[in-house]
Amino acid sequence: MKNFITLPNQQNTALLAVRNLSIELPSAADRDRAVDDLSFDVREGEIVCLVGESGSGKSMTAHSILGLLPRGVRTLAESSVCLAGEQLVGLDDARMRALRGHDVAMIFQDPMSALNPLQTIGRQLAEAIRLHDGGRSPARDLDVRCVAMIGSVGLPAAEQIMRSYPFQLSGGQRQRVMIAMALINGPRLLIADEPTTALDVTTQRQILDPVRGMQRERRMGVLFITHDFGVVADIADRVIVMREGRLVEQGTREQILTRPAEPYTRQLIDAVPGRRPRAGAGVQGASRRVTPPMLEVAGLHKTFVSRSGWFNPARVVVAADNINFVVRAGETVSIVGESGSGKTTLGRMIMRLTEPDAGTIKLEGRDLLRASGAELRAYRRQVQIIFQDPFASLNPRQPIGDAIMRGPIAFGMPRADARALTASLLERVGLGAAAIPRYPHEFSGGQRQRIAIARALALQPRVLISDEAVSALDVSVQAQVLALLEELKNEFELTMLFITHDLRVAAEISDRVIVLQRGQVVEEGSSAQIFGAPQHAYTRQLLDAMPGKDIFVHPGDAVRSACGHSSSPVV
Amino acid sequence: MALATQIVKMICIVLLIAVFNFLLIRAAPGDPALVIAGQSGAVDAQFVDRIRTEYGLDKPLVVQLGTYLGKIAHLDLGYSYRQQRSVLSLILERLPATLMLALSAFVLSLSGGVLLGCLAGVRAGRWSDTVITVISLVVYATPVFWLGLMMVLLFAVHLPWLPAFGYRDVSRELTGWAAALDVARHLVLPAVTLGMLYLAVYTRLMRASIIEVSHQDYVKTARAKGAGPRRVLWRHMVRNALLPVVTMAGLQAGTLIGGSVVIETVFAWPGLGRLTYEAVLARDYQVLQGVFFVLSVVVVLFNWLTDLLYRVVDPRIRAA
Amino acid sequence: MQALIRSYLRHPSGIIGLVILLVIIALAALAPLICPGSPWDSVGQPFMPPDSPGLLLGSDSLGRDIASGIVHGASVSLLIGCVSTLAAVLIGLAIGATAGYLGGRVGDWLMRFTELFQVIPAFLLAILVVAILTPSIRTLTVAIALVSWPQLARITRAEFMALREREFVQAARCQGESGMAIVLRQIMPNALSPIIVTASLSVANAVLMESALSFMGLGDPNLMSWGFMIGEARTMIRVAWWMSAFPGLAILLTVMAINLVGEGLNDVLNPRISRR
Repeated sequence: MKNFITLPNQQNTALLAVRNLSIELPSAADRDRAVDDLSFDVREGEIVCLVGESGSGKSMTAHSILGLLPRGVRTLAESSVCLAGEQLVGLDDARMRALRGHDVAMIFQDPMSALNPLQTIGRQLAEAIRLHDGGRSPARDLDVRCVAMIGSVGLPAAEQIMRSYPFQLSGGQRQRVMIAMALINGPRLLIADEPTTALDVTTQRQILDPVRGMQRERRMGVLFITHDFGVVADIADRVIVMREGRLVEQGTREQILTRPAEPYTRQLIDAVPGRRPRAGAGVQGASRRVTPPMLEVAGLHKTFVSRSGWFNPARVVVAADNINFVVRAGETVSIVGESGSGKTTLGRMIMRLTEPDAGTIKLEGRDLLRASGAELRAYRRQVQIIFQDPFASLNPRQPIGDAIMRGPIAFGMPRADARALTASLLERVGLGAAAIPRYPHEFSGGQRQRIAIARALALQPRVLISDEAVSALDVSVQAQVLALLEELKNEFELTMLFITHDLRVAAEISDRVIVLQRGQVVEEGSSAQIFGAPQHAYTRQLLDAMPGKDIFVHPGDAVRSACGHSSSPVV
Repeated sequence: MALATQIVKMICIVLLIAVFNFLLIRAAPGDPALVIAGQSGAVDAQFVDRIRTEYGLDKPLVVQLGTYLGKIAHLDLGYSYRQQRSVLSLILERLPATLMLALSAFVLSLSGGVLLGCLAGVRAGRWSDTVITVISLVVYATPVFWLGLMMVLLFAVHLPWLPAFGYRDVSRELTGWAAALDVARHLVLPAVTLGMLYLAVYTRLMRASIIEVSHQDYVKTARAKGAGPRRVLWRHMVRNALLPVVTMAGLQAGTLIGGSVVIETVFAWPGLGRLTYEAVLARDYQVLQGVFFVLSVVVVLFNWLTDLLYRVVDPRIRAA
Repeated sequence: MQALIRSYLRHPSGIIGLVILLVIIALAALAPLICPGSPWDSVGQPFMPPDSPGLLLGSDSLGRDIASGIVHGASVSLLIGCVSTLAAVLIGLAIGATAGYLGGRVGDWLMRFTELFQVIPAFLLAILVVAILTPSIRTLTVAIALVSWPQLARITRAEFMALREREFVQAARCQGESGMAIVLRQIMPNALSPIIVTASLSVANAVLMESALSFMGLGDPNLMSWGFMIGEARTMIRVAWWMSAFPGLAILLTVMAINLVGEGLNDVLNPRISRR
């Protein structure tokens, strides 16, 4: 644990000085303190990234600065939080309210729920001003300021946005409105609690740019909370790493990214996907034998029509528009797209959980879509899926051993054999046979995904589809699960179809990549091709928007760093 | 366009209610003609036959249904032999009293419930919350007719502040404002009794809703902007918390009407409920049928009004 | 199962409710022992106040023992309450599960049918049904079941619809489980909790409705019930307050106890056990 080194005059120039911050949790929680003895600074004009996995206490830290902790959670009296020399811990309510939104502002993670759904954007923006000017500004002035602010966060049609309700805007637009609301009074410090986590990659870039721009303009200090080291690489001046409420390490961006002192930090950086891209197809392409096609998708079409009421026009959403691709045996193919690209629907159609409107899907030459009854059940064995949400994919009232055994038993395997198979699979995924009688809520997110993998493998499938299976996991857990999938794929000779929105994950594990946009296949090729020489404008946009592309090693460079160890970031 | 859909939907529902009504009465055991004739006291065969032809009871069921629906369309709800008047006139005479009772109970319970629920929700866990919650629990479990009797016992017998029964003081001839005030005094006990039950319901619901809303992110955002607790409550929390309560209020229309039947019986309030009670005792099916139909239509209209109210409050519904 | 019981016992309000309910059930079951003879028998002078010799709670206008009426009336209310709710649950479950799981056209039409029943004022319908079919314990049960099932159908449908889309159900489909097995093994155990809670609250409503119908004179004429006793007392309110007070208190305590138990069950069976 690195101690905080006080440089001369540090206390005077620090905008935010946090010393010995300790936050106590209510007795029912799994540990005493959310944050234990944390100290750090944020100076004027600098962006400090507070990084950690879930449970690290980073969000609690942010909330405690503004006194917004939930009921039952307290900042202990020995803590000190100074904003430009003023002590915030124990500050009286009236003074705290004067500071909030005016000297210190905060934006939250989920833009959907962070705006009052029943008030127009204009009203909520104006409220931010009115709370601090004593109600003196006339309405006309307020309007002008609000419109100007909306423009400066990069949103066009400001007048219309003022009159809109939150549900009429997209996620990215809402988050920018949040930023506008936070910055409208020109605060000296901005606290951002994972503002980009819930957004698409291309939208993330649209958020980070205005924040950086305004920060430079106004010499605003920014405390940016994130779990993604890619984002850190993009915007941080200084980095603070937390783990389970304690400070692990802090330093400048260069120090942390290139010469991390603590093993935990190193572990987190190593776990960022895409650092060791598949050198496979590019280097050894010629020597790999071409395997027969396992899954062939041709001319797939699917539109969703939603109609509200008899007389209203129907809303048409195109989920799949003439999708064609082939997956060969033993390959790992990633389907990459943002929200609304249709990638999840594609996975569901291949599983026949949703029926396509037109097209064919062939498994080893046999037409899937025409199968029914016994043939369909036989097919179901061959293709298995792992879902995104580890909490929702297991029946909370069924012991996990049962959940895994059900499949083989339904296909005729005797119970004893199924049990033995379950035990061996659970060992293989690292959980052990003792887990059989236990219930899902006794396991963590990563462990539940392993159970889901074991359940899928119990039916001995040929194809494994992973629908954003690692997106909801912490970065280090993500790395473990991806490694597990890689091992299992080789061991069980699987063909994998990996659906994801994270290009870095795709780079890490796939042989080939298919890029989807609004239901259409926009580009397709080997990993080296897609990442080295993208053809389509959208692919280029995705690559550009990838957080931390500086530390992301280009597959073309894979030849240069043949050993695959961490290389220096391209500054 | 949306309005047209709604009206069509309402007409369909009313039609279905009429059909249901018709079938229900036919489910009565025995010869309907005898039943109807029996009420007027004369049971000779000729009279019964006349009844049969007049009501078309000798024709096939479908034809009877058609005739019935046709009559409804002309607002002909039948004739009560017991009371020697058309059912429609009976109903129209009593409807205003019931509406007065139901509406006052509704307004009282909704406004009271919202206020108390807010108070309890904001102070969740503290003693004022516990007191309000316990009282709501007790009131919620109380049979409304018994509550009425106890109220009469307390406020009319032991403390003679308010009149126990009836619509107005029959011993005095009052006009104008004095008459209105008299009716209002008589309205207090029945309306409060009927309202108390729903007060408990809305209090509990509003409390739960406020607690739920307090966990939402936009409340945090408002606080982060520097808003004080009162502003956060009234500008941000209450309107959002009202939504499920308004929905519930709409759904409660039917039970409110049902409750007024019992209340009117207890307080001898001359409304449709009282009429129903008398009709039940006299087995006057014509009247029962008519009241049932009219009150169902009232509920349908009321649901429509709450729907409109909901649209006003929630812009997301307006756009959909 | 043991975990559920232990969890329930941590709620003071749930325990109070359960204790009161058990006492009332005991009274009902042991009625012939506690107050032998029929509650319809005149055992003393009319209008005797409470705490008179041999008449703990007083007597009514015909000299009948109030206490006996209350003890014997308990079984009527509880019986009608439980049986009618059971019937309503069966109907509501069948309709709601079908509508929720199948969805589409069938689901829509089933829901419209349910909505129609909810628009009709419940108490009026009950009055009408009982009046037409002549009052008896059977017709009361039928009438109350008829007005209670829509609520249960709605909640069943909502649960089934939500669960059908949950990933573990989809996973079961992928594993090759048949539709029926999915409904019984995956969906039902998870849907049961809110249904049980709603059912317990329905029992409370049923008791209230039965007493209201009896009050109006539509109860079974052969059975002494609490509502009937209050109905008798209506015109005597100034003379004999105990005739209406005690039966009313009995109803209040019973309904409150059922509500408390229902809320206790709600806290215990909360499906959030599956989430951290």
